[in-house]
Amino acid sequence: MSYLIGALLAQDGLTNGAIYALIALALVMVFSVTRIIFIPQGEIVTYSSLSLASLQQGTAPGSIWLIVALGLLAAGLEGFGYLRGDRSTSRLRAMAAYGLVPLAVAALTFATAGAGFGFLWNIVLVLLIVVPMGPLIYRVAFRPLGDATVLHSLIVAMAVHFVLLGCGLLAFGPEGVRTPPLIAGRFPVFGVPVSAQAMVVVAVAIVAIIAMALYFGRTLSGKALRATAFNRVGARLVGIRTEQAARLVFLLAGFAGALCGILVAPITTVYYDTGFLIGLKGFIAAIFAGLASYPLAALGAVLLGLFESYSSFFASLYKDAIVFALIIPILLWRSLRSTHVEEDEE
Amino acid sequence: MSTRRIALLVFTAIVLVLPAVLSAYGLTLMNFIGLAAIVVVGLVLLTGIGGLTSFGQASFVGVGAYTTAWLTTAAGLSPVLALPVALFAGAFFALVIGAVTLRLSGHYLPLSTIAWSLSLYFLVGNVAALGGHDGIPAVPPISLFGWEPSGPAYTWLIVAAVALSLLTVANVLASRDGRAVRCLRGRRVMLEAFGVDTARLRLVIFVHAAVLAALTGWLYAHLIQFVNATPFGLNASIEYLFMTVIGGSAHLFGAVIGAGLMTLLRDGLQRLAPELVGSGGATEIVMLGLVMVVLLQTAPRGVMPWLLRLLPPRGRPWMDLDRARAIAPFSSRPKPERGTELLTVAGVTKRFGGLIAVNDVSFDLKAGEILGLIGPNGAGKSTLFNLLTGISPATAGTISFAGERIERMASRKIARLGVARSFQHVLLRSDMSALENVAVGAHLRSTRGYLSALLRLDRREEERLLAEAMRQLDRVGLAHLAHEPAGSLALGQQRILEIARALAADPALLLLDEPAAGLRYREKQELAALLSKLGEEGVAVLVVEHDMNFVMNLVDRLVVISFGQKISEGAPTHVQNDVAVQEAYLGVAA
Repeated sequence: MSYLIGALLAQDGLTNGAIYALIALALVMVFSVTRIIFIPQGEIVTYSSLSLASLQQGTAPGSIWLIVALGLLAAGLEGFGYLRGDRSTSRLRAMAAYGLVPLAVAALTFATAGAGFGFLWNIVLVLLIVVPMGPLIYRVAFRPLGDATVLHSLIVAMAVHFVLLGCGLLAFGPEGVRTPPLIAGRFPVFGVPVSAQAMVVVAVAIVAIIAMALYFGRTLSGKALRATAFNRVGARLVGIRTEQAARLVFLLAGFAGALCGILVAPITTVYYDTGFLIGLKGFIAAIFAGLASYPLAALGAVLLGLFESYSSFFASLYKDAIVFALIIPILLWRSLRSTHVEEDEE
Repeated sequence: MSTRRIALLVFTAIVLVLPAVLSAYGLTLMNFIGLAAIVVVGLVLLTGIGGLTSFGQASFVGVGAYTTAWLTTAAGLSPVLALPVALFAGAFFALVIGAVTLRLSGHYLPLSTIAWSLSLYFLVGNVAALGGHDGIPAVPPISLFGWEPSGPAYTWLIVAAVALSLLTVANVLASRDGRAVRCLRGRRVMLEAFGVDTARLRLVIFVHAAVLAALTGWLYAHLIQFVNATPFGLNASIEYLFMTVIGGSAHLFGAVIGAGLMTLLRDGLQRLAPELVGSGGATEIVMLGLVMVVLLQTAPRGVMPWLLRLLPPRGRPWMDLDRARAIAPFSSRPKPERGTELLTVAGVTKRFGGLIAVNDVSFDLKAGEILGLIGPNGAGKSTLFNLLTGISPATAGTISFAGERIERMASRKIARLGVARSFQHVLLRSDMSALENVAVGAHLRSTRGYLSALLRLDRREEERLLAEAMRQLDRVGLAHLAHEPAGSLALGQQRILEIARALAADPALLLLDEPAAGLRYREKQELAALLSKLGEEGVAVLVVEHDMNFVMNLVDRLVVISFGQKISEGAPTHVQNDVAVQEAYLGVAA
């Protein structure tokens, strides 16, 4: 392997690693605050890429119908709760928000999809469509479970993954798409041509990770989320609304997923089921961090990206087999670090 | 005959007659229900009862199918001879994967099953010897001395396999190891304290479930006579798990119901959905997912509890006092002579980060002596208990019991030496009967293993275990509640039940953590009498208690700790007059 090839593989690995890192951070965040293992994170990535591709072709993406449907369902659940006796104005406000925001986004999208406002506007539209999916999925699928066990909500997460996967196929069809790069061109770095797209991906991921670190470390609502992650009952006792915290992390997860989708669309061909595999690789990175530490998750993601990139060079057929088998040594390492019997929940 | 038995017989009769009358299409459906049911039976054991979630069962089906397909085509072996190899392959894979991943707790395990099953899936698709993505065609049919089961005969074969799988798991669950499996979820610390190797037990049920899955793989390969990787992917695994949940994951028979409902539901959707939307695959998984979400939100326990409400409750393992007295007891442990040194704690310290929970505590305990351990809340009494029983290792100092150093020994090894305990927060399995809970305590007194339970060779030992449990229940005065679910007992009775469980282990040292809390006056007197009697028999008793009247009248000696340090030791009257003790409890000397 020459220096050039090695460097190009490293570039690929770092780019993918940055994307896995974003996913892994979102997964760690959602898990630590809500105890939900958010398998459908990958589908959010897919929806973002595919929506962007349709908007680039001047058509309104099929995912709009999904958020309108989710919004109406969520509004219906709130309305139902109101009728069942909880006559608080917050219920009505939530109902209005869940119902109207997706409708407004849909109207905006239909009005401007064919108008040719350009790439940046399309990205704004994608964010408007995809980011609300996080809280909507939480409200419709997970909230009604109450304080379910991790296993219980994991199976629900799997079911939601099925639903979203099927909806993705219905809305976008089986064809793969690839969008033009956000910024075209290559720049030499240490004699290696580095694509501007790769730089954008890494830069955006780093900015997002720093923003997250600042948010969790410096702001009151970020600290409230950390408190919730640490001890939910305790957080509730000191007046943190854990419910609101859950909504917020799902919003952030939606944002991270949308961002990944936009970043990944120009790098690989995205099919309706691509997101799931990206999401799972994010999981491996998250497991590397014990579903708990943000910096470790980011490090794991970058290592995974590099590992994947080099194994695709040496044994391209077995690339995915190798990457997913990587979980075994990681788990072994983790399990050797904790030797006492850990009590699972009932 | 009980109504339950009649219901089961009627169901069996229907299942046996069905293949003879069904159309070819109906037979295919029934075959697939049966094939799935075998896998799901394993998942009920593993996930529903044992609490280990696997998103990888389809991989084990694949291991069984590929093994037999390769052996019967490339190696030309007869399918009947390939069966044991296929089952062994399933067990081997499970053993290797389980050894690495089962040490993980909770949510890591399901996530790791997703990853390794995907890895196997991608691997198989690329191995040329296994036909790559094209798979292995022309797998021969099963042939037994020239007879080739096909049509209804193959369905009967599958039905027999389902029945056999149900039987193996039912046998296990009604045994010594089965009781432990039922406690795996959320009671591992308790199990270890009674000598159960929970890591090994988890591995064993993982292998059991994998062998059942491999059996399905073998039946599948020779039914379809073609094998490729697609039906063994992650989606299939998830569907098996869905079936488990739909049926009711804690009920063995729910496996059959879940497999049936899911297969019929999918078949119905496949026939309806294309006409509705026009895109088969997508609509199917959307509908399936929606059904699952709604089901889990509204009826998370599945269909079985609802079905069972129609039937009278099941008879629990039967044992009564008269019968128990007639059964020869296990030989009991030779007790050390009264007054010999049994437990020596020397300079024991436990730190949690910066916090010193137990600081340089020393005391000893002789056989037949009752020692009280008292101190204000947060003094470190329960931590000390956990050090003595190996639940957490000591940071410094030594603990010896009967000549062995135990300060860093695993909990289950200490149990073997003859130490049994009760827990401050009762750790009973509330859905098991009082009798079964006590029988868990007697785990180490029998050595019958998993295999002999599976083959039902353990019946006599099992009866002796239950008889022992019954005798201990009688000893503590709870024999009349033996067949009630432990969760239905009053809190005080649950504490007594914990003591009965500890006694069932035939301990040389009994550790009781607040046994009198929640007891009424009479019950306390009875408990005190029982403990005194144990002392006379040569059992050493260490008791943590807040009820001073109870303690002062019961114990031979007291050790007082406060903020992790021993502040006083001696006879009850001496301790009562100790200024340091009065300060610790009252803040000032009285």
